[in-house]
Amino acid sequence: MHVPDGFIDAPVSAAAGVLAAAAVAVSLRGARRELGGHRPDGPDLAPGAERTAPLAGLVAAFIFAVQMLNFPVAAGTSGHLLGGALAAILVGPYTGVLCVSVVLLMQGVLFADGGLTALGVNITDMAVVTVLVAYGIFRGLVKVLPRGRRAVTAAAFVAAAVSVPAAAVAFTGMYALGGTTDVPIGTVFAAMTGVHVLIGLGEAAITALTVGAVLAVRPDLVYGARGLAKPLELRTSPLAGPAAGREPSGEPADTPDAPRPVAARRSTRRVWLAGVAAALVCAGGVSYYASTSPDGLEKVAQDEGMDAKAEDHAAKDSPLADYSVKDIANPRISGGLAGVIGVGATLAVGTGVFVVVRRRRGAARDTAVADAATGDATQPRHTPESA
Amino acid sequence: MGAGHAHKLYRPAHSPVHALPPHCKIAAVLCFVLAVVATPRTALWAFALYALLLAAVAAAARVPAGFLLKRLLIEVPFVAFAVLMPFVATGPRVHILGLSLSESGLWGAWNILAKGTLGVAASVLLAATTELRGLLLGLQRLRMPPLLVQIASFMIRYGDVIADELRRMRIARLSRGFEARGVRHWGVLAKSAGALFIRSYERGERVHLAMVSRGYTGTLPVPDAAPATGGQWSRAAALPAAALAVCLLGWTL
Repeated sequence: MHVPDGFIDAPVSAAAGVLAAAAVAVSLRGARRELGGHRPDGPDLAPGAERTAPLAGLVAAFIFAVQMLNFPVAAGTSGHLLGGALAAILVGPYTGVLCVSVVLLMQGVLFADGGLTALGVNITDMAVVTVLVAYGIFRGLVKVLPRGRRAVTAAAFVAAAVSVPAAAVAFTGMYALGGTTDVPIGTVFAAMTGVHVLIGLGEAAITALTVGAVLAVRPDLVYGARGLAKPLELRTSPLAGPAAGREPSGEPADTPDAPRPVAARRSTRRVWLAGVAAALVCAGGVSYYASTSPDGLEKVAQDEGMDAKAEDHAAKDSPLADYSVKDIANPRISGGLAGVIGVGATLAVGTGVFVVVRRRRGAARDTAVADAATGDATQPRHTPESA
Repeated sequence: MGAGHAHKLYRPAHSPVHALPPHCKIAAVLCFVLAVVATPRTALWAFALYALLLAAVAAAARVPAGFLLKRLLIEVPFVAFAVLMPFVATGPRVHILGLSLSESGLWGAWNILAKGTLGVAASVLLAATTELRGLLLGLQRLRMPPLLVQIASFMIRYGDVIADELRRMRIARLSRGFEARGVRHWGVLAKSAGALFIRSYERGERVHLAMVSRGYTGTLPVPDAAPATGGQWSRAAALPAAALAVCLLGWTL
């Protein structure tokens, strides 16, 4: 949904333009690091500034092309991929923001799809918010879920499913700030979120299937799954017997532990940052809504909605919260629902960080135990081999 | 390499509009759209004047009206949204043809339709009179980061190649008797998308190596075109200056 000229007023468009320009500038730096090359067993290769342009350009061309791939839904209707979440997971958040922004820019300048003055709004909404939310949720889930290909696919599903309604919420926020029409914010919110929850489910299915397909063939190309590659294991053939008696057989015992702490340290920070960003976006949208609500009745309803959320949330996951938004199209409650989404997202991310921290401590304890065990086992090292 | 670079929206011709330097045209279109967006929506006559201005530019560029109108169809989704608006907006209501419509909603719909259509028309005129490479170089001369311009130019250059690969995959699927009919077939299509990503990424790596072997260090040489003369700038500024005058009149009258 490309926003045309005149839909959002000039000051908000300009502010969104500044935000988008800053995001693109940051992404230009980050993308050099992401595309600089990567070895699964060592430090990243030299920062490849000269790799950025061809690779990011081809990925942008891929996003542009994949939006032409029609997925039939039923009875002659069909949809297509938006690609924000897919780009974030396949090539990383910075490159993802960059590629989607370039696609939007070219669509605006060449195909007149999306207004020139609304370019900042479009980039902020469809590139920055979508990619950040998708990647934050994806990293959090990958850390929390057990390691493996299926977990990556599931995380891609949830990330894409949430990122599309999140973009709709961000759009509603910008509309609340600078909309040029008098449609009540509650109506816009309910309509946008309702439609985009459905679109998000389709996007999620396609994204998860595509990520799964790439993982099956070239897992090293999936940026979001880089930490998950298992190091190669050397196994001595039982036929070679003890006569071969090579030393490397001792190595598989400690190599699987080696990359784990590194991966955990790096991604926890990212999860944290993404969580803060997501919470800011949600809180911003909700607070704008609260400040523009004219009458006291709505405020009361909103407060009640906030209260009702407390019992609701404990048992519910974020997708369920989205469902409830879709069911209740009453604009009075939607303010409270915005609170549910905001607080729910914050809580979910907070819980994710908590789990990650607990896991890390557990992992540290495990490795300590393992170290102690290997320390004990150093003297009779050759016994398992000879057995 | 020479043939594939002309995009379908470009209409080659020799006209005063085609001859203007691209960065002047980009700046002029941007300023024009800004003036349009800043105009109060109650000044109906101002939008008619804007449309006349664009029609004059189209005539000067020898862009036929049918071409322009056909390209405006891209706006249809938002027209649907605008049509809904008088029914859902709040405020005092008016009765037209037995329908109860919101007055502010009608103004809002008019606002979106008028400004959106003028913006699309201006963009279409820009794309119709400027070559792709010129557009990118123009953006670079307007201080867009060179890396971003490079990424955009790679995207444009290889967009057709990647789209052709997608088309070949579709033909391969069809020739094997596969036809996607519903949600059950998404798996196959998603595998195509995954394969397309791998092919695109690997093509990017090959392109990079080929360029490095030819001495590429991260920057592309920019042909140093002569800077635009004052005359060219003033000719390009005619459109936004007229628009600005209309906009100011719209606020004062």
